[in-house]
Amino acid sequence: MRAGEAFRVALGALVANKLRSSLTMLGVVIGVAAVVVLVALGAGAKHEVEQQVEGLGSNIIIVVPGKFELGSAPTISRLTLDDVDLLGRVVGDERRVAVSVASGENVSVGRRETFVTVNGVNENVPNVFDRPLARGEYITASDVDTRRRVAVLGSTVVRRVFGDVDPLGRQVSIAGVRFRVIGVFAPVGSTFGVDRDTEVHIPVTAAQRLFGVDRIDALAVKAPRADDVEPLQGKLTAALRDKYDGEEFSAVTQTQILGTIGRILGLLTLVLAAIAAISLLVGGVGVSNIMLVSVRERTREIGLRKALGARQRDILLQFLIEAVLLCVVGGLIGIGLGVGSSLLVAAVSPLPAVIAWWSPALAFTVSAAVGVFFGVAPARRAGRLDPVVALRTE
Amino acid sequence: MSSPAVEAVDVRRSYHLDGVSVEALRGVSLRIDPGEYVAVVGPSGSGKSTLMHLLGCLDRPTSGMLRVGDRDVATLGDGELAGLRNRTIGFVFQSFQLLGRTTALDNVALPLVYRGVRRAERRERAEAALTAVGLAHRLGHRPGQLSGGEQQRVAIARALVGEPGLLLADEPTGNLDTGSGAEIMALLDGLVRDRGVAVVVVTHDPEVAALARRRVRMRDGLIE
Ligand SMILES: Nc1ncnc2c1ncn2[C@@H]1O[C@H](COP(=O)(O)OP(=O)(O)O)[C@@H](O)[C@H]1O
Ligand SMILES: [Mg+2]
Repeated sequence: MRAGEAFRVALGALVANKLRSSLTMLGVVIGVAAVVVLVALGAGAKHEVEQQVEGLGSNIIIVVPGKFELGSAPTISRLTLDDVDLLGRVVGDERRVAVSVASGENVSVGRRETFVTVNGVNENVPNVFDRPLARGEYITASDVDTRRRVAVLGSTVVRRVFGDVDPLGRQVSIAGVRFRVIGVFAPVGSTFGVDRDTEVHIPVTAAQRLFGVDRIDALAVKAPRADDVEPLQGKLTAALRDKYDGEEFSAVTQTQILGTIGRILGLLTLVLAAIAAISLLVGGVGVSNIMLVSVRERTREIGLRKALGARQRDILLQFLIEAVLLCVVGGLIGIGLGVGSSLLVAAVSPLPAVIAWWSPALAFTVSAAVGVFFGVAPARRAGRLDPVVALRTE
Repeated sequence: MSSPAVEAVDVRRSYHLDGVSVEALRGVSLRIDPGEYVAVVGPSGSGKSTLMHLLGCLDRPTSGMLRVGDRDVATLGDGELAGLRNRTIGFVFQSFQLLGRTTALDNVALPLVYRGVRRAERRERAEAALTAVGLAHRLGHRPGQLSGGEQQRVAIARALVGEPGLLLADEPTGNLDTGSGAEIMALLDGLVRDRGVAVVVVTHDPEVAALARRRVRMRDGLIE
């Protein structure tokens, strides 16, 4: 028998049982769509985070106490403002060293208030990070030296506490202490629905007094050139280890943070896809089940075909094509549904979605493979039926 | 002497059910020459259908030799056996065995599908075969839309469409009333006479058996 003929017979059998074929296909449709959507969401999350980290600027080294691991408990910091000088000497330019000490505080104007992270920083932040201002000025060296109570606000904070009023030059209360607004950050938008325009920067000296601490949480160093990044990492941690009697410090780069985040999101995507793949597997079992029912129902037909000259191979092929057709058509619909849902999710929710070209291709291949894998057993059973026994069946 | 259409030499066929062995055929020898018309008669359970299945290469003997044309069935693989069935044997069953969702024309064309004949030629030959059994006006009908006699005529057209050398009919009139049964047998007789096809027909009907030039009587798995 020609392959085209087997295809026509298989298609005919599927069309003759439209409802059953559709329901069987539904399992595959859902499985494939789930894989496509979850992979798209995983890839979207990764893309978003990467963009955000890259948006910070290039050649940045973050220096933190302890060992750098995402998800590990933060180490109590012994870093102080003096370390700016120390690291400045290592880099050769103190202006390339920014600091941060952060705390969640209430920020208010009159009765309007909001709870945000307040960052104590030095004047070097603009030299290290790409974080342009929309209006006003940033914190200066003299602000830091004189512990001046000035603040630079993110656009969301401005909207929350000032509304439509122009904030420049006005007073804002941070943890009950009055600060004067000297600048407003340019908006950067949100990631995963988390607003990133809620920052408040104040001079690190003012922050330490406000929070009642002497420490700083982290330092950020901008290497002059990309080639300097790696040697600098070693030198920075070595200098700090020397000063703090062998205590551990980490100097991590964007690439390393990206790598870590990438690994975590990659793993997450894989786990999600694996869970989705289980539903595809269940769909495959459904196909297998229906094919077995179909073989049983059509036992007499199989016997007759054999009596008329069909070989084992012809019958096997007919049923295998039927199973693969169910899965492939289901797979194509699933891909359409998956891509559609991903775009819809990306459009109406804060979750980003990126359709990688390989994910529909993979989903298609897998669903075809599922068809073959789960179709082969019923098809072989059909092919092996004894025609005499099959013809006797009612 | 020319080779027989089919020949069985001392064939036995036993079935094993739950450790009990049933001997359906206990050493049967039978030779059917090309163009011969043979009726097989005998009580129910005497092994007539079992013999037909063996002659039609749907089954293999437990022992003994079976030849179709000049080929020893024991030397053929399952695929070759299927090819042999397709080219040299036509079956007519008591219960018609037509595909219910398929038109008369496509039912008749089915053996040609497994011979790799192209669609256009299949249609042409199936139409000719249906015309020969007097159903030229029923090409697009499905089995459910046909009377029992008409369905059996479709089955006969299907058995003959591939121009086999041997036609095997197992109680072809068993599901028909006397009138249609007689019509079917007359039709069959006319068709095979023209074409030189050997016919073996199993029947309980003395009138049907009377049409045959030779009668084989079976009892308890043996030819009397
Ligand atoms: N598949 C089978 N399994 C077990 N016994 C069978 C099978 N087919 C036929 N038989 C037995 O073989 C004997 C002959 O059966 P069969 O050839 O159908 O007789 P007939 O067609 O003459 O009525 C019977 O006793 C029947 O029960
Ligand atoms: Mg019988």
